[in-house]
Amino acid sequence: MEHIRTTKVEQVKLLDRFSTSNKSLTGTLYLTATHLLFIDSHQKETWILHHHIASVEKLALTTSGCPLVIQCKNFRIVHFIVPRERDCHDIYNSLLQLSKQAKYEDLYAFSYNPKQNDSERLQGWQLIDLAEEYKRMGVPNPHWQLSDANREYKICETYPRELYVPRIASKPIIVGSSKFRSKGRFPVLSYYHQEKEAAICRCSQPLSGFSARCLEDEHLLQAISKANPVNRYMYVVDTRPKLNAMANRAAGKGYENEDNYSNIRFQFVGIENIHVMRSSLQKLLEVNGTKGLSVNDFYSGLENSGWLRHIKAVMDAAIFLAKAIMVENASVLVHCSDGWDRTSQVCSLGSLLLDSYYRTIKGFMVLIEKDWISFGHKFSERCGHLDGDPKEVSPVFTQFLECVWHLTEQFPQAFEFNEAFLLQIHEHIHSCQFGNFLGNCQKEREELKLKEKTYSLWPFLLDDLKKYLNPLYSSKSQRFTVLEPNTVSFNFKFWRNMYHQFDRTLHPRQSVFNIIMNMNEQNKQLEKDIQDLESKIKQCKNKQSDGVLTKELLHSVHPESSALKTSLCLKEQTLLPVNDALRTIEGSNPADNRYCDYTEEFSKAEPGVVSLEYGVARMTC
Amino acid sequence: MEFSELIRTGRAQAELLPGPEEAPLRGTLCVTGHHLLLSPGPPSTPDLWLLLLRSVDSIEKRVAGDSGTITLRCKDLRVLQLDIEGVEATLDIARSIEALSSLESVITSFPFFYRPKGLRLGDAWHFHPPERYYKRVARETNAWRLSEVNQDFSLCPSYPRAVIVPRAVDDDALAQCARFRQGGRFPVLCYHHAPSGTVLLRSSQPLIGPQKRRCAEDEDLLRAVLTGARPGAQGFIVDTRSAQAAKQARMTGGGTEAKAAYPGWKRLHRPLERGRALQESFVRLVEACGDTEQSMDRWLSRLEGCRWLAHVKEALSTACLAAQGMEREGACILVHGAEGTDSTLLVTSLAQLILDPLSRTITGFQELVEREWIQAGHPFQLRCAHSAFSHARPKHEAPTFLLFLDCVWQLGRQFPLSLEFGEGLLLALFEHAYASPFGTFLCNSEKERCLCEVRTRTHSLWSGLNQPKEQRKLRNPLYVPNPLAIWPSVEPQSLRLWQGLFLRWTRPPEPSEVAWEKVWQIVTEREKTGDSAHSFCLSPQPKQ
Repeated sequence: MEHIRTTKVEQVKLLDRFSTSNKSLTGTLYLTATHLLFIDSHQKETWILHHHIASVEKLALTTSGCPLVIQCKNFRIVHFIVPRERDCHDIYNSLLQLSKQAKYEDLYAFSYNPKQNDSERLQGWQLIDLAEEYKRMGVPNPHWQLSDANREYKICETYPRELYVPRIASKPIIVGSSKFRSKGRFPVLSYYHQEKEAAICRCSQPLSGFSARCLEDEHLLQAISKANPVNRYMYVVDTRPKLNAMANRAAGKGYENEDNYSNIRFQFVGIENIHVMRSSLQKLLEVNGTKGLSVNDFYSGLENSGWLRHIKAVMDAAIFLAKAIMVENASVLVHCSDGWDRTSQVCSLGSLLLDSYYRTIKGFMVLIEKDWISFGHKFSERCGHLDGDPKEVSPVFTQFLECVWHLTEQFPQAFEFNEAFLLQIHEHIHSCQFGNFLGNCQKEREELKLKEKTYSLWPFLLDDLKKYLNPLYSSKSQRFTVLEPNTVSFNFKFWRNMYHQFDRTLHPRQSVFNIIMNMNEQNKQLEKDIQDLESKIKQCKNKQSDGVLTKELLHSVHPESSALKTSLCLKEQTLLPVNDALRTIEGSNPADNRYCDYTEEFSKAEPGVVSLEYGVARMTC
Repeated sequence: MEFSELIRTGRAQAELLPGPEEAPLRGTLCVTGHHLLLSPGPPSTPDLWLLLLRSVDSIEKRVAGDSGTITLRCKDLRVLQLDIEGVEATLDIARSIEALSSLESVITSFPFFYRPKGLRLGDAWHFHPPERYYKRVARETNAWRLSEVNQDFSLCPSYPRAVIVPRAVDDDALAQCARFRQGGRFPVLCYHHAPSGTVLLRSSQPLIGPQKRRCAEDEDLLRAVLTGARPGAQGFIVDTRSAQAAKQARMTGGGTEAKAAYPGWKRLHRPLERGRALQESFVRLVEACGDTEQSMDRWLSRLEGCRWLAHVKEALSTACLAAQGMEREGACILVHGAEGTDSTLLVTSLAQLILDPLSRTITGFQELVEREWIQAGHPFQLRCAHSAFSHARPKHEAPTFLLFLDCVWQLGRQFPLSLEFGEGLLLALFEHAYASPFGTFLCNSEKERCLCEVRTRTHSLWSGLNQPKEQRKLRNPLYVPNPLAIWPSVEPQSLRLWQGLFLRWTRPPEPSEVAWEKVWQIVTEREKTGDSAHSFCLSPQPKQ
């Protein structure tokens, strides 16, 4: 690699981000073509993918060396001190180059090789089939049909090839409407609610300016409301704040005039744009990163960032959608400006509230493929995959994941997946390790030949399915068919596990999820063993009418299952072997001293006492 | 005094709105000496709705036309609304409730009349924590003895009869020490940390005064503590006031230990909020939690403004400081503020919970509350006279005990497998501390409880809680004994508002309750399958 000048630096210190006493680990830093790797003296490895690096900063030289601060897109922040400035400079320059690639072909996904053959790779890509998904929703049907208008990406480059539209909307109407919509993104079906026969549709803003009209567009909206046999009116939801939408009118864009469209009810829901969201997250991260943060500064910072207010706005908009369909039986058309950010958030979240399928692991993958990937959320620009315009970067998808997390908190039994699943997806929208999130629309992805040159993320997540299952999930429960979250302000909390995922000292030291998961596993295993034993006993009884049950019987059932034996032995004293119980999230080991300091008072009180660190209960493994 | 004099109207027709998501209840309302009853009337079920009048914190009446509305705000933060037929009846009932809920006499309070089925008087009062705890200490070290110098409460009215003191100090010296400490609260042992051989002590402030008085016996006592622990051992005095405040206390006869007088001991100041400021913080938090309409920004700014979580952080980190001093530094720790009955107990009890695995069991925790709060003389009657809704100007009220429970809840959240009890026990303790049919939290000290014969004439909360039918509500199904110290994170990102308490009545509880039910189910299933698989392994064996 031409960018790498130094591949190995020894005696590098890794500072603890929250320690007020500058505690550090010493180790060796390695630079590879894809990763930055730090191995500390306990042989613990910290891997940082180059694509995850959001910024690298070289601070002023200190007596102990040259500080290098790396901020990652998955909210990891590492603070190294490199003894020699030259090395630091080399690494700094290399990382600057490596973290900002100019071409898609240089991204990790194109070199990542998980040792699969072509057919396995293809199978992976076929795991999620959107045609299948539309069938599941119940389209095509007498009201909705597949349109071939965009088969060659002629009408709209950022839409997928296959689009569902009302049966009565003819091709000229579609073409006419697309000319009246920003970027040609005309109204199409996003979700069809079979039982209510109502639809969630999506589009971009109309090019209405102050007075322009488009008959085809008016016809298309009418066709959508007519496709709903129960309710004649439909909602048009503009997800922007009213002021923004009005400002757009001056630029020849804007929003629908209720007078021109029959039977529409127009509604603003006031979600801010990508720039507001970007700076909101920036403010949030600044607050979080403060050392020795006080409770009051934390909450005033949280308030000033506005982050939770934005999350609530997205959630409220989704609830509006779900209510329109469930309570009023009305179809809804959603748009923002271009219809790929806020519209994706609201449509996908609305469908998630309405349809329990999207709350399963497979269903959630489908939802992301449909409303985000296929409808052209600009992942590469929003996540800054390539060295591009920093103003296009925005945490729109992160907000969606956070909304889903808030739902999982309110409805702990309604989701098949757990928090780790959401975090893992977030990890990979930035990792560029898999092809799914590369590019900005389907057309671009086809041109990149992603399906031939890269792998799909989803099968790899399914391989690790056990890690992502919610042990409390109850699929049968009728109460959870439609979620009705309460968006009272108390219900919105700071998502520590996202924004401090790598700051272990801040996390609970024991994980309820893990232990319930283990128990569930063991329950299943034990039940299976009981069945095995019962059938064996039956067999034996048949064979040797009242003969001797040999020792062999007992041992033959599960000679390999030593875990079961221990758990049986320990049954009397504890629920689980103690070691298991003390294991923490992310499998820490004894060498991993997660100290955090409460104060340095002791050292202040008496200079003779060396600075003190509070120990974290050492988790034995 | 007869209750009947205070009851103006015996009964009226009324409708009760118990909460935002619950169905209204209609029937005959009836005020008795201790309760408000609502009987749904003969045709429906005999389901009687009952409210202990003692738990009413504030009452608000409104009349319109020929009916009235009474809003009852309870000490457990519940808000109830009663729609009553008849203006006169409304006013009379309101006045009766007002008079009866603010009665101050202890011996006419409900615990003296409460005789539940299945419980015998005197049960579970067998807890004699200092004596019981001393047995444990005596097994671990010989440096301490149980002194009955306070047998008649003459030395210290707020201490129990028996206290644990250094073996080297005799009762006469203790009497001298008591005179030198506010309220007679001389340093006593509250926890012996066996692994490090160090101890945790608590006391009140020394009466240094403007003349900088000294007391040789007090100095001897603290010296004996260090020599008892280990030759050359160090000590830290954790003063829960700021250095400034401790100094100022000298003007009113108090103060803090002078460095020169106590060799080997060093002072640390960790100011903790107390008294009225703490009560106000509580009131403002509850106010904020009652407003379901407010915007996100308003909510966050009120959460910040009330400072409650800042108090949680301070309390936890001070407790960690004390615990760390013992475990990591091998130092003895003495904790005191001014009176030594509030923030002192907060720190010592939390430090024990962090260090001592036994105090994290259900029995151990009950003993801890009994020993470190009730017997240690936390004035429950004064502190918990009113909760967050009272319009009365707070005099002695302060939610110190609630702050303790909140800190325990935070520990439980960070170590979900290490506490044998769950949120249910903490909620129950909060409720009973403010209003209870049991006698456990009555009065301000052991001396007062003896005078009122609480022990023989009321039932103990512990026997009420330890009935098998209550267990499921109180237990943590996931508990696994953890022999280690549990060091919590005190970063603001790690602390959370205790929704189960502060939002208990404003949010629908079902989803999380159902989820816990599921956890219980998984755990019990585990025990069952474990059992039967076990018996399978055993049963064929005799046939060999």
